[in-house]
Amino acid sequence: MRRLVGVALLLAALAPAAVHAADEADPPKRVQWSFDGLFGTFDLPAARRGLQVYLDSCGTCHSLRFVAYRNLLEIGLTGDEAKAIAASHEVRDGPDETGAYFMRPAGLADRFVPPFANEQAARFANGGAYPPDLSLMYKARLRGADYVYSLLTGYGDPSPDVEFAPGMNYNRYFPGRQIAMPQPLLDGMVQYADGTPATVDQMARDVLQFLAWAAEPYLPVRHRMGLGVLVYLLLLTGLLYAVKRAVWRDQH
Amino acid sequence: MAGHDDEHLLHNEIKLLGVLGWVEYRLPIFNWINNAVGTNYPTPKNVNYFWNFGSLAGIALVIQILTGIVLAAHYVPTADGAFASVERIMRDVNYGWLFRYAHANGASLFFAVVYIHLFRNLYYGSYKYPRELLWWLGLIMLILMITTAFMGYVLPWGQMSYWGATVITNLFGAMPIIGDELLLWLWGGFTVGEVLLRGFYSLHYLLAFVIAGLAIVHIWALHQHRSNNPLGIDIKGPQDILPFHPYFTVKDLFGFGIYLIVFALLVFYAPNMLGEPDNYIPADPLQTPAHIVPEWYLLPFYAILRAVPDKLGGVIALALALLVLFAVPWLDTSKVRSARFRPIYKQLFWIFLADVLILGWVGGSPPEGMFITIGQLATVYYFVHFLVLLPIVGKLESPTPLPDSIATAVLEENKRKKARKLPQVGVAPSASHGASSGGGH
Repeated sequence: MRRLVGVALLLAALAPAAVHAADEADPPKRVQWSFDGLFGTFDLPAARRGLQVYLDSCGTCHSLRFVAYRNLLEIGLTGDEAKAIAASHEVRDGPDETGAYFMRPAGLADRFVPPFANEQAARFANGGAYPPDLSLMYKARLRGADYVYSLLTGYGDPSPDVEFAPGMNYNRYFPGRQIAMPQPLLDGMVQYADGTPATVDQMARDVLQFLAWAAEPYLPVRHRMGLGVLVYLLLLTGLLYAVKRAVWRDQH
Repeated sequence: MAGHDDEHLLHNEIKLLGVLGWVEYRLPIFNWINNAVGTNYPTPKNVNYFWNFGSLAGIALVIQILTGIVLAAHYVPTADGAFASVERIMRDVNYGWLFRYAHANGASLFFAVVYIHLFRNLYYGSYKYPRELLWWLGLIMLILMITTAFMGYVLPWGQMSYWGATVITNLFGAMPIIGDELLLWLWGGFTVGEVLLRGFYSLHYLLAFVIAGLAIVHIWALHQHRSNNPLGIDIKGPQDILPFHPYFTVKDLFGFGIYLIVFALLVFYAPNMLGEPDNYIPADPLQTPAHIVPEWYLLPFYAILRAVPDKLGGVIALALALLVLFAVPWLDTSKVRSARFRPIYKQLFWIFLADVLILGWVGGSPPEGMFITIGQLATVYYFVHFLVLLPIVGKLESPTPLPDSIATAVLEENKRKKARKLPQVGVAPSASHGASSGGGH
């Protein structure tokens, strides 16, 4: 009987796999991320390079509306660097003392200024497709980091019998294998200040460090705190077990 | 806590002097607590670790309420503001991420604990005379928990929140005659929207405290006839019991430690493992997710709902799946409580558990191909177990002999443990232990 339960448990564990086999796409590649695991944390130089990739490439279509420019200090930018990035965008503010609304350069307190005024403008500029916000992309897909990395490196030539809707591109990791987004990363498209060669693979890894941080900025704090909490709980539970044994000694 | 119907097993009333004595004379709260969870509450000495899950459920509820109060202070229940306010909690509120992850995973663990509590009950027959009302109170709390958890899941207003709410509220529209009107009233409009969100927010907060109130009544009813035990036989005298404090307070605290370790592993290292990634996409009424699935703890019920091809039929099956549990004390015709002494029921119990797990698996899979057939078979078996097998087996099965008392069984068990520890030279000690040692775990 217990074996039966075991089989049922196993089947239950396989359920997500069964669900996603139905989507017509390759399973994402497996990548070792620095932020996985008990001690995992962000690779900050890579996250800063990823910011550069976001600003040069992704950010021209994708918003990042839950991240503020001040947050960039957390991945090691100086205040002036973050201010400079903010100031290259304008935000509407007001009303001033005359009651008028006005445009001003964005500051550290502002959230990332979206590339389009609204969804309609975004769709109009992108052939009807709506580039999703990237603030939470890392968490909004199954195995998010692996998936987005695979997507960014998954462009290629389809087999000749594939029929394409107009304006679509082949990507074997996207559901249906057709994606509206044209290949966003090309070798050498950015110049990294630290001299890292900007290959597609490198840029994809870097931008995932940035996007994982954008979605889960407290991940390093969480991992560190978790370690302390676990050590404390293991000691406490061990002590409680010893007390339990002592209290129950005369009963055994 | 309540007048007991049998003789006093313990005489550990506490006498208080000074200020405490002054209070106790006017409001006997210290003896009330002592009678409830202290030195004056008699507990069967043989209850095993499965009896930890009652107090664990209580603690899980307290964690939900405490974390929930903090979240409620920062949450904005509007269609435009809900999703962004959750992100503000995650990013800008001090330790907001900790509170939210604790609340979301706390809900999952609360269900895990309650389900183990419930299956322990089914295995050891705790629902039988005279604990039928205790069982009912537990079931009412379970239904309230399901309702509360579902409403809570809607609050972040992500894709799965929105579409989950759409699927489930639409079920009420299946009701004959009043369906449409009921749906209109429930939604406060013509579709799932902000009015519903605000209503769910209000009820989500309220129901947590209703559950807390019922938990107290549940404990009240428990204390009337006291805990069942793995043997399923009644307490016969002082030799069968131990005072709750310190024996079970310390045992519960140790269990609580284990619980917190599992909780910490989830919150700190896999906070989104049990959630759906789609709920990090803001609600979009124009785009249906590829697979609308509830949280894992509702998947078996979801499978039953979908097993019936007709919408109304599915709703009725779902309701009956919960309601049939209320009849279990009478559907089970055996006078023997514990499955340890019921060779056939013991097998049926494990098959039923496997059936529920299969339902969960089907509930999480797309409703196509073999899943439809498996789901329907498993649903039929769910009802056959309760409505056919349980009554018949109780009549046909011949239970193995029950021990005379808890105390004698415990003594024998200890003797056996000691015999196992000692090196066995020459004589084979007690050949009689084969019968019951395989039972239970």
